[in-house]
Amino acid sequence: MINVSHLTKNYGPRMAIHDLNFTIQKGEIVGFLGPNGAGKSTTMKIITGFMPATDGSVTVAGHDVFSDPIGVKKNVGFLPENPPVYPDMQVWDYLDFTARLHGVASSARAKAVDVAIQKTQLGDVRNRLIGNLSKGYRQRVGLAQAMVHNPQVLILDEPTVGLDPKQIIEIRQLIKSFAGDHTVILSSHILPEVTASCQRVIIINRGKIVAEDTLDRLTTRLSKGLVYSLLVKTAVPSGIEAIRKIRGVGSVAATGNKLVVEIVPDSGELRDQVVETAVKLGMGVLEFSSERVGLEEIFLQLTTVEQSV
Amino acid sequence: MNNVWSIARKDFRSYFTSPLAYIIIAGFMAIMGWMFYFALAHFIMSQGFQMGGRGGPSITDGIVRPTYGNMNVIFLFLLPFVTMRLFAEEKKLHTIELLMTSPITIAEIVLGKFLSSMLLVGVMLLLTFTFPIVLFATGNPELGPIASNYVGVFLLASCYVSLGLLFSAMTENQIVAGALSFAAGLFFWLISWASQSAGAVWGDFLNYLSLISHNASFGQGVLSSADAVYYLSFTGICLFLTHRVLDSYRWR
Repeated sequence: MINVSHLTKNYGPRMAIHDLNFTIQKGEIVGFLGPNGAGKSTTMKIITGFMPATDGSVTVAGHDVFSDPIGVKKNVGFLPENPPVYPDMQVWDYLDFTARLHGVASSARAKAVDVAIQKTQLGDVRNRLIGNLSKGYRQRVGLAQAMVHNPQVLILDEPTVGLDPKQIIEIRQLIKSFAGDHTVILSSHILPEVTASCQRVIIINRGKIVAEDTLDRLTTRLSKGLVYSLLVKTAVPSGIEAIRKIRGVGSVAATGNKLVVEIVPDSGELRDQVVETAVKLGMGVLEFSSERVGLEEIFLQLTTVEQSV
Repeated sequence: MNNVWSIARKDFRSYFTSPLAYIIIAGFMAIMGWMFYFALAHFIMSQGFQMGGRGGPSITDGIVRPTYGNMNVIFLFLLPFVTMRLFAEEKKLHTIELLMTSPITIAEIVLGKFLSSMLLVGVMLLLTFTFPIVLFATGNPELGPIASNYVGVFLLASCYVSLGLLFSAMTENQIVAGALSFAAGLFFWLISWASQSAGAVWGDFLNYLSLISHNASFGQGVLSSADAVYYLSFTGICLFLTHRVLDSYRWR
């Protein structure tokens, strides 16, 4: 559905993105992850035809962005970083205007606007001036604008910025519901955002793709596997030594009576063994928990250390 | 064409959802009403001295021409306020991104904005139809010169609007856009002054460039195609440059 090859963009001498290549299939929800200034917005602006690239090509739904921008724009709904709303318009009028811009036939327009309002839960404010709405509502109006013409591709630049936690969950649910019918690219520098709604992640840093995979595989590939943390009555040195010797345990770090046990990937179920060992050697387990290293850590690894995967 | 209309409709409506249109129309009508009244009163007074109009100026020369000549000046001052927001505000609000990622061309955006302002000009001119109505009710003016004056004012207004659109596309600051459009409008107005001191060839050239020197024929009741061509080309060039400015904005 979206094909990006050798995409490069320079702002004068400054390189914004360099030689990006990726393909997104129909119906996929892909997270575009990177720190601020990584080139996420630039890439999105090029895909939507707002900005031309220095080099490389982009095709969306079979249309080339450079030779047939109108064809691309017809099939794309775009929510930029700042929701592009007019403060002196009412919500309903604004969505009607954006539907007109995207060529929604007059017979279908009222219905399309109503559906967008209903999906983004803007019913309460449909006749209010956008300028009087809170940031969260404006963000939702921006989202409604992107989907009012029912585009094949949705490009959302940081869609949940400025929303409260309840709204964030609702918007994520909404984005998830697009899977299958719509192709979605979603950018974020907030990790839970991507974990919550995306099937695949493209991590970008300093204008280059540093990793591209499904969430699960990225996690196993990059994490140091599982981490067990134990709270014990007394941290006996011989006990720590015994745990360290269990096959599959990577390292044990003890601070006071708290132990952090790292497990080597693919070493199977070790919880019983670790706890048994701790109890047998008289440490007295008070608390135990097991957690998978999250994307947050991957992200830090990928973007703070210059490490290629 | 649908796209042009969508943009024009949006911008025309936004004039009326903000106080802007009401303030501009009210100001325009107050000043024009006063000027019309002044011309009328002056005309009636001079008629009294001339004993019933024989030998005195006609209604066309005494009322119509000065009134619509003044309207040209008022538009020079007022139209920058009408056009300054058109692109500057879209940039400031980032809504330009919405327009540029919609399946419409830049030309359609420019024409839509131009049309919205010209519609507002149309509303203002429509309200001044009260002047000819008063004249026809109380005397017997010639229709031709009144019509040609309206054509002249409308064409000149389209030059101001397109010039204002150009400067609005260059900045995201409305005040800067407004000030530049006014300065440029005034420049193209006063450029004919230089023609008096310039040589014969340059003098003619500068006089030709001047916005106001092309309005004389319309004022006198002549529908001059040469002058109409000048106004339309001026408008066309400004709209073309606006298109280029917006296009280059994407490349930065």
